[in-house]
Amino acid sequence: MYPSIYIMAFEDMHIISMKDFSRDTIDHILATAEELEPIARGKRTSDLLAGKILAVLFFEPSTRTRMSFEAAMTRLGGSVLNLGSVEASSITKGETLADTIRVVNGYANAIVIRHPKEGSAKLASEFSSIPVLNAGDGAGHHPTQTLLDLYTIRRESHLDGLRIALAGDLKYGRTVHSLCYALSLYGAHITLVSPKELRMPNAIIKDLEDRGIEVKQTESIGEAIKDVDVLYVTRIQKERFPDHAEYQRVANSLQITPELLVQAQPGLKIMHPLPRTNEIDQRVDLTHHACYFEQAFYGVPVRMALLALVMGAIE
Amino acid sequence: MSSDRGSATKEIRVQPIENGTVIDHITAGQALNVLKILGIPGTSKSIVSVLIYAPSIDGTKDVVKIEGRELNVKEVDKISLISPNATINIIRDLEVLHKNHVHIPKKVEGVVRCINPNCISNSNEPITSKFTVSSDDLRIVLRCVYCERVISEDIAEHLL
Repeated sequence: MYPSIYIMAFEDMHIISMKDFSRDTIDHILATAEELEPIARGKRTSDLLAGKILAVLFFEPSTRTRMSFEAAMTRLGGSVLNLGSVEASSITKGETLADTIRVVNGYANAIVIRHPKEGSAKLASEFSSIPVLNAGDGAGHHPTQTLLDLYTIRRESHLDGLRIALAGDLKYGRTVHSLCYALSLYGAHITLVSPKELRMPNAIIKDLEDRGIEVKQTESIGEAIKDVDVLYVTRIQKERFPDHAEYQRVANSLQITPELLVQAQPGLKIMHPLPRTNEIDQRVDLTHHACYFEQAFYGVPVRMALLALVMGAIE
Repeated sequence: MSSDRGSATKEIRVQPIENGTVIDHITAGQALNVLKILGIPGTSKSIVSVLIYAPSIDGTKDVVKIEGRELNVKEVDKISLISPNATINIIRDLEVLHKNHVHIPKKVEGVVRCINPNCISNSNEPITSKFTVSSDDLRIVLRCVYCERVISEDIAEHLL
């Protein structure tokens, strides 16, 4: 499914799905992000994208993805054009996405899009002569989230031979599906922790095993946490359960607390795509295991790298 | 064609056509879906013969014969998706002019509707549906180019 190993030419490339990337290409993006990280932290300034404009088309709400794209573009000296609210745009007049993309092509050097329908970023790329970056298309892809997750693991732990536990909603969570595929390129040992109702689909597990990845499944977070380098926690949504009591039981069984972490490896890092509800006890924030806020920051250097690469500012 | 004057039973079951198309080795039970693909019944005035669950070397098959009609590429693509072993026989003056197995295309456009209601291809955009096609032990698997949803069963129900 993944292309053979090579680093693709980035200029004018669309960023639609992680499945378009080889391991070497991912490594190149992550290495570029690391070079740009001091700029993302405001320690250095840059005019790498001066005179360039990024159009930000978000057809559904988002805080951190939108803001981190805007921060990334601004940190590199570029400008941002925002669609604003959908209600105030031509979308309410019935304009197609294809027409919106063709119009915006005249205003910007690249487009970042979030849209509620699956396949919308792919469609946008077909009607665009400037690079399109997918910031989430319904239940489809969200490649920049996966790249920032990989970057976090690379910075805070290690990618090769990683032992990782993924906990929470593994059935519907596109983030964990995409991350598992990407980690399979690095020979990860994966433990899946979820209640029966929210287990990862068998087709995805089989696909991972076919790639030679060892996948364990358990319902016990205590058992999983003992011998992993990274614990990736996702939010469990109330609406997935028929009643509140059942939701509460499952949510409590997977909650990460300082008491639970006594059993963990000293170097364990805990990640979460955020926003969280009560999956991670706030007392965990004070431990050296917590890296979810740093993870949110890492979205900036990763998106800076992608923007600079697709707009041809760096190779 | 010397058997044209064979037994009465044979003549009824395998009525020859003079000019047209015989679609043979259709997966048993799919003949009516093949007719749907060909728009029959509809505006077509062709004489059509249909055999359903006819005995064949491998078990059973369906056969469709259409007088005075040859198929276009899109029709053949559709038939290949629901009946990958079918053969298309072009008949001229009672003789088989060409006999070809259907070719399973690598990609189909505007042939199948995506089953994902939230797929962008099911909205009011100026695009046609697109699927990549793969086959696994003669089971056809379609994957939407836009949302990647897979269709592997009851493909006939989703034909456009």
